[in-house]
Amino acid sequence: MGNKFRSIETKHHEERDAFFEQLQRLDRRAFLRVAGISAGIAAGMGLRTPHGFQLVNVAEAQGTKPRFSFAYISDTHLYEQKLNDRFVRSILKAVDDVNGLDPQPDFVLFGGDLAQLGQAGELKLGAQILKSVKAPVRMMVGEHDWFLDMGELWRDLFGAPNYAFDHKGVHFVVLNSIHEKDFWTERKLSPMERMKIVAGLDNGIQSRFEVGNEQREWMRQDLAKVDKKTPIIVFSHSPLYKYYRPWNFWTDDADEVQALLRPFERVTVIHGHTHQMLSNQIGNISFHGMLSTAWPWPYAPEGLPKLTVQMNRPDPFSQFDGCGDGRMEVTEAGLVNKLYNLWERNPITVRASYLTSNGKQDAPPQTKLPSY
Amino acid sequence: MTFRMKLLAGMCALLSFVGGVALATSPAPTQATTELPRHQVPASKDGNLVVGMCDGETSLEVKGVKEGQKLTREQAMRVSGDLMDAWRKKNPDANWDPTPPPVLAQAPKQPTQGTPNPPAGVQKPAVGSSVREGGITADSGGKQVRKEAGVNIQDGQTYGAFTSRDEAIWAASTEQFVKEGHRVFHDAEALGGTVAISCDMCHPDAANTHPETYPKYQVQLGRVALLRDMINWCIENPVRGIPLADGDPRLRAMEAYIYAQRKGTKLDYGKK
Repeated sequence: MGNKFRSIETKHHEERDAFFEQLQRLDRRAFLRVAGISAGIAAGMGLRTPHGFQLVNVAEAQGTKPRFSFAYISDTHLYEQKLNDRFVRSILKAVDDVNGLDPQPDFVLFGGDLAQLGQAGELKLGAQILKSVKAPVRMMVGEHDWFLDMGELWRDLFGAPNYAFDHKGVHFVVLNSIHEKDFWTERKLSPMERMKIVAGLDNGIQSRFEVGNEQREWMRQDLAKVDKKTPIIVFSHSPLYKYYRPWNFWTDDADEVQALLRPFERVTVIHGHTHQMLSNQIGNISFHGMLSTAWPWPYAPEGLPKLTVQMNRPDPFSQFDGCGDGRMEVTEAGLVNKLYNLWERNPITVRASYLTSNGKQDAPPQTKLPSY
Repeated sequence: MTFRMKLLAGMCALLSFVGGVALATSPAPTQATTELPRHQVPASKDGNLVVGMCDGETSLEVKGVKEGQKLTREQAMRVSGDLMDAWRKKNPDANWDPTPPPVLAQAPKQPTQGTPNPPAGVQKPAVGSSVREGGITADSGGKQVRKEAGVNIQDGQTYGAFTSRDEAIWAASTEQFVKEGHRVFHDAEALGGTVAISCDMCHPDAANTHPETYPKYQVQLGRVALLRDMINWCIENPVRGIPLADGDPRLRAMEAYIYAQRKGTKLDYGKK
């Protein structure tokens, strides 16, 4: 009676289970043999394994040794659990991932869009779940958290949406980049109508994201105190450049924000919102996108940065494919190697050297099936 | 009396009560209806079959075929031909396509032979006909089209005789269909979803739906799939609703919307 067809996932898991079963039967000598072979295979495929598994790389160039690491969870888009348990399962999986990291990250960045429609039940559920993260959590806000009550509850739960801090010689700036010019008053929209419009990508009604005058001024004053040689890492929910305007993969005053960052030697921007592997380099600034736990977005039909290596097309038949979380390794030089922990796939690292060499070095594995 | 019998008796009683009520209240029609004109054909003296025509006036007695008998195909063709001839004699100016002549690549400016199509002159329905005056006919706008496009144009009953206004209406109805698809695509409730997920959450502007690649072998389904199979798969799985029937207006509208988003994309069925 059973369905004879086995999906790719099923086959993959069966092979994996069989492999681990065999591993348990190994004695020490046999284990070393297997470990050596699998390490060799991994090296042959050009895979960079996560830190805990990393083979010792003797010929490390100067300044590329890791200084510290932090992890992230982003774009969880929670509904209340009784309505939708799918996204709840996903964030729990991500929490397990970051709690399982060895060594533990110095902190975990939450990349915004904790809630789907900014409702109390959603934000509080998210806050509750994030309490089980072992490492300290640094919060960032997304538009889905904001436009029901204009951030009131979010601020109650998590504090100010923009702040700065120093960690092991790196200066961090966290922005609220999802401000929008008022499109709702004139249309007499209710808060929920406003929220639902912002929650959709493909409508032209909402305004474009911006950091805004006030916050840019705050940022300018904050950065004035920082030495130009200090590495800077900026967290923003939207990409701090102009990728694709119709979907708000966009920050309207990105050029102005970039101008504030230009005087610094080493700058990295980590952003959420786009739910895909996304890399860019503009002048001295490296950009890394974060994965969502909830669903992957397609690549936009135009505007994709040249350095971006697309992730293979996600398989809609797998809840978790194309989703995930990840880790950033901050090197001695203050640059960021970004590890995309794609669930049910091999992890992919986009190294700082790949971006700063303009794609000449350390290219991540190529895309097999790019977007349609 | 067993329980089953009691139940049966009870139901019978209920039914007869309902029937009684229905009989007592029924014959008053809920809507005032006007009697549609009927074509009463004269009876044949010899009991032959009499066939009426759709103009409501003309009729023909078929010799050698009794009332209630079936006509053979040959007989029927002869009868319809005779009726048509009779109707044409009565309505010499009526707008009716003649059997089409061989098609010319370019119609001459002045037709030198044959009757103009549609024939010139005022179009009037036959006296006493049940056909309503006015409304759209095959000739509606036909003259206008010729005026717009100059006279060097072929005649054609279906596509030749429409105006730019007609075409605007077609375009508007198509857009309306697409717009309805856009609505359903963006509305978890309209999709019948149970987890508040709608299609646009993963497919903004229907991106990554690649309708141009179907039909193709969908390895996860283990068979060849059409676009609608994948729409229904998504409705059943991420959206957690019930798959739509093939003719469901929501499914049709969504197909319309998805195809509309890929206008200009080359069809490439089977593409991986």
